Amino acid sequence: MNDINPRAHLERSIEDIKRKLIKLGKMSGESLSKSVHALKSQDGELAGSVIKMDDSIDSLRYEIENDCLHFIARFQPLGEDLRAVSSCMYMASDLERLGDYGNSISKTAIELSDEEYIKPLIDIPRMFDIVEAMLEKSLEAFEKDSKDLAIEVFALDDQVDDLETQILRELVFLMIEKTSRIEQGSKLFLVARNLERAGDHVTNIAERVLYILTGEYVSASKYRRPEKKGRSEGF
Amino acid sequence: MEKDVLIKVSNLDLHYGDNHVLKDIHLEIVRNNVTALIGPSGCGKSSFLRCINRMNDFIRGAKVTGEIIIEDMNIYSRSTDVISLRRDVGMVFQKPNPFPMSIYDNVAYGPRLHGMKNRTKLDEIVENSIKGAALWDEVKDKLNSSGLGLSGGQQQRLCIARAIATNPDVVLMDEPTSALDPLATAKIEELIRQLKEDYTVVIVTHNMQQAARISDYTAFFLLGDLVEYGQTSKIFTSPKDKRTEDYITGRFG
Repeated sequence: MNDINPRAHLERSIEDIKRKLIKLGKMSGESLSKSVHALKSQDGELAGSVIKMDDSIDSLRYEIENDCLHFIARFQPLGEDLRAVSSCMYMASDLERLGDYGNSISKTAIELSDEEYIKPLIDIPRMFDIVEAMLEKSLEAFEKDSKDLAIEVFALDDQVDDLETQILRELVFLMIEKTSRIEQGSKLFLVARNLERAGDHVTNIAERVLYILTGEYVSASKYRRPEKKGRSEGF
Repeated sequence: MEKDVLIKVSNLDLHYGDNHVLKDIHLEIVRNNVTALIGPSGCGKSSFLRCINRMNDFIRGAKVTGEIIIEDMNIYSRSTDVISLRRDVGMVFQKPNPFPMSIYDNVAYGPRLHGMKNRTKLDEIVENSIKGAALWDEVKDKLNSSGLGLSGGQQQRLCIARAIATNPDVVLMDEPTSALDPLATAKIEELIRQLKEDYTVVIVTHNMQQAARISDYTAFFLLGDLVEYGQTSKIFTSPKDKRTEDYITGRFG
């Protein structure tokens, strides 16, 4: 008990928040992973279990938000502590949104669980694999205070966007050929859109990590290829 | 989870002559937690603190009614031995007040008063208490020097060591950092967080931010009333009473 670290209590509290945030990230990642798996394997039961998870993801998000408010009220943080705690509030909201996408994909999986797919599902799981890698990297960047890992996340989002474009193009052709494919085609497109949005939220997390570490707002676009003119180019 | 209550205060009223200082206070203080008492000057928080080890007995015209029960014992009952009460409920004051004697004797004072004569045992108590107050490394080579030669922050930690030397259940602190600089304050604050592992701490502070930083529970007093009492995180983010909200947001006080 001889060494007094005047920051000990504050540091313990912020570590607690960080731990919860990483847990939220893992839960949301699991929700997305299971939902895509349920869609691919047409497993309605698995999809149902994802929907049930959503409440616990939501309540953990609010718990983190509450912890952050209490932290601000108690410690009046400044500098990196202030950047970290304010960023944690935003990150909790981004991570919770991933859970919402998992929920939405699971609903589609249940709707399509008895239908024959108009195309084999290959690119959607590939899209998810990249989003998952981005999520793991951004959480690791947050946990280990690593700028390099955060920056690596940004370029991966280009790959997610490319796959979304590819999926949309493919679905549009399939739907043009046969109008009876439109219902399923549009649902599958929404799944791809959900994953693309998930990639954007994970990118936000990596941006927040850089903000905590450097105090600068770093835009992901700085590390991505130049933007194409108009998203629907190529159709 | 059921709270582990160490101090149960009920129907407590305190008068100084005609002055009604505390009005029908009901409060349960949780074991191994830090409870902060806040409120504007004259609200009764320090008077309340002093009720917990009967320091108000010294004040002419002071009259206490109601109950304060610590570990099943009503400290205001006739059978209470006030000396042993103050062994179990230690106190640290606003200004560091080491006795004009050596560091060792300051800490050994309480145990000696209670009859401890065995030198080996006393050495052990002194060392453990000074370690418990996070002061050991700074004074271990000069235990025979005067306590008055220490810096303000060290003196206050010496007073904390003296307070815990009798192995009390409760440590009362009356604005223990108001005479200290920011770094010494930060050290005492962290020490208080550590002390709650072994003791129940009740602290009066004028510094609301300090209460927010270090306490688990906060009681807000105003004009002798206990307006609101609850978890510190709740009191400082979403108090229930408008008067608490007004006080913590600086609208009065």
